[in-house]
Amino acid sequence: MLKIENLHASIEDKSILKGLSLEVKAGEVHAIMGPNGAGKSTLANIIAGKEEYEVTEGNIQLNGEDIGELAPEERAHNGVFLSFQYPVEIPGVSVTNFIKTAINETRKAKGLEDMPAKDMLKMIREKSELLEIDRKFLSRSLNEGFSGGEKKRNEIFQMAMLAPKLAILDETDSGLDIDALRIVANGVNKLKSKDNAVIVITHYQRLLDYIVPDFVHVLHDGKIVKSGDASLALELEAKGYDWIKQELV
Amino acid sequence: MELKDKLVSSYVAFENRVETDSEVHEIRSKALQNFEALGFPTKKLEAWKYTSLNAVLKQDYSLFPNKENNIQLADVKKYFIHDIDAYKLVFIDGKYSSFLSETTHDTFDVCLMSAALVKPKYKAVIENYFDKITTKDNLTSLNTAYASEGAYIHIPRNVEVEKPIQIINFITGSEAATLLQPRNLIVVEQNAHVQIIERNQSLTSNPVLTNSVTEVFAAKDATVDIYKIQNDDENASLVDNSYIEQKSNSIVSVHTFSFGGNITRNNLNFFQRGEHIDSILKGITIIEGKQHVDHHTLVHHIAPNCESHQDYKGIFDERATGVFNGKVIVEKEAQKTNAYQKNNNVLVSDKATINAKPQLEIFADDVKCSHGCTIGQLDEDALFYMQQRGIPKKEGKALLMYAFANTVLESVKIPEVKQRITKLIAKKLGVDIGFDL
Repeated sequence: MLKIENLHASIEDKSILKGLSLEVKAGEVHAIMGPNGAGKSTLANIIAGKEEYEVTEGNIQLNGEDIGELAPEERAHNGVFLSFQYPVEIPGVSVTNFIKTAINETRKAKGLEDMPAKDMLKMIREKSELLEIDRKFLSRSLNEGFSGGEKKRNEIFQMAMLAPKLAILDETDSGLDIDALRIVANGVNKLKSKDNAVIVITHYQRLLDYIVPDFVHVLHDGKIVKSGDASLALELEAKGYDWIKQELV
Repeated sequence: MELKDKLVSSYVAFENRVETDSEVHEIRSKALQNFEALGFPTKKLEAWKYTSLNAVLKQDYSLFPNKENNIQLADVKKYFIHDIDAYKLVFIDGKYSSFLSETTHDTFDVCLMSAALVKPKYKAVIENYFDKITTKDNLTSLNTAYASEGAYIHIPRNVEVEKPIQIINFITGSEAATLLQPRNLIVVEQNAHVQIIERNQSLTSNPVLTNSVTEVFAAKDATVDIYKIQNDDENASLVDNSYIEQKSNSIVSVHTFSFGGNITRNNLNFFQRGEHIDSILKGITIIEGKQHVDHHTLVHHIAPNCESHQDYKGIFDERATGVFNGKVIVEKEAQKTNAYQKNNNVLVSDKATINAKPQLEIFADDVKCSHGCTIGQLDEDALFYMQQRGIPKKEGKALLMYAFANTVLESVKIPEVKQRITKLIAKKLGVDIGFDL
């Protein structure tokens, strides 16, 4: 599904990714862990197509197609979803209208008609129930005044609505209490299938108790320096990141 | 000949053409003298520092379009809010069109200024209200001197007008350049209620200058809602001088939607003469190219316990320029005033300009006066967020701009007007989305 080869990227001449390679197949869950400043969020933003970053070397392929030149919305139309670490507040646009616009613009890009209002409402109801989102919440301005947990639940709600092929969860666990964490993880697990893939970016093992990864990668200084199975996350939790840094020396 | 000289020398001919009551004649003559002394505004005047009429005044305007021009309803239907039942006062090149209009004298008057100025039946109202609250500045004086036609609306006590009144001025431009000076008088008596939609629409690419004056009197407990739709041809300029006097417990709102024209200048003046008055001034400006929109507002708080709410949103693209000058005067007697003013602007391009100036003159000590003025760009992070969810950049920008302006639309009480404005915004922003927020 996703294949990243020797990716180098920088922002304002500061080199952040320094030769990162990663392959994610359909049906897999990958966790990317690593200390602050390792380049985890940068990787997520580059896959999603944020323009501030400059890819200086290497490439990103989605289902065999190089997506390097595609605009962020085109990547979204191809099934890339990024759950933001800090979802942006958009005053004046309700959650419902936003997701309706997102779905219909995606359909438009695929040459489809707008989704009938009835179907849309039904889907909104189903997916909001899955994430235990109150109806009133849906008419509020997007992310405006939302608590940390509400913002993250709203991200996963949008993910459920858009049904992406590749979902990247960027520190979706930060700012969540244990109940919200369970709801969010449960949502993600229900959406998982053999046809889609999930990349979980996190600092902590905690989320991985709920969303169990097939692979765990450690990102350090712009490169993946160690990969393993779920047990690697436990080891990191117990020992911290320093032992990996030491191994590298 | 300079336009000023032409206007002064044409005055006698004008007076001979129209029927005149002697008192109105006196008011007009004085106004002409006033205009002759003052001349047109120049950039030397503080109030006109950022808006120059120079280029507009160089045109050779026809003052009295001769030909009767007829237009077909089918050609202009789109300029009406046609999906609602409404009274209509339609003028073509300054002349009343009975064919396109729908007036009434049933329990209230929706009729013509030309009739009100001369018929004995209206004498008392004209004496009490005509030219009573205007500022005697240059352009208002010029309008008064030539005041002859426009809307005359008189709503008696306790009458709630069940359908809105649309006032539309069409300009056909069969003359090379047209100067138009509509004069409207709206008197709303105690506990009466009326909604008015105004529009000036040029049907030509020839230059047009409209210098309109509207006086509105809202008596005790009256409610008046006015919607001004300014979406004119790029060669049409407008100076809209509106004067509103409110008595106790009255509520008057004016929403101004400025989406196009050459130079648009709104002088919107509120005078609060009574307690527990609410004045609402709102506007959305979305312009591009070399268009210019100037909002000069004044709220004069004269009595205690009153409120005023101002909310103006501006979006300026390309080389468009905007001005917001919001003046609030709170007199010493006007204790417990609650005056609120907000003016937010987005500059979409590097070449666009906004000159924003809040002007608060507060002489009372127990008041709540707040004002906030911002000038910014579109939030790039928000745009990326939207794109990530599949909303293309153009649509995302439009959605952000619509959301930005939406606080003004929330207080629009006529759903069809709100829909129309929403559609106009989508059209302005070049997108096909519903914005049904």
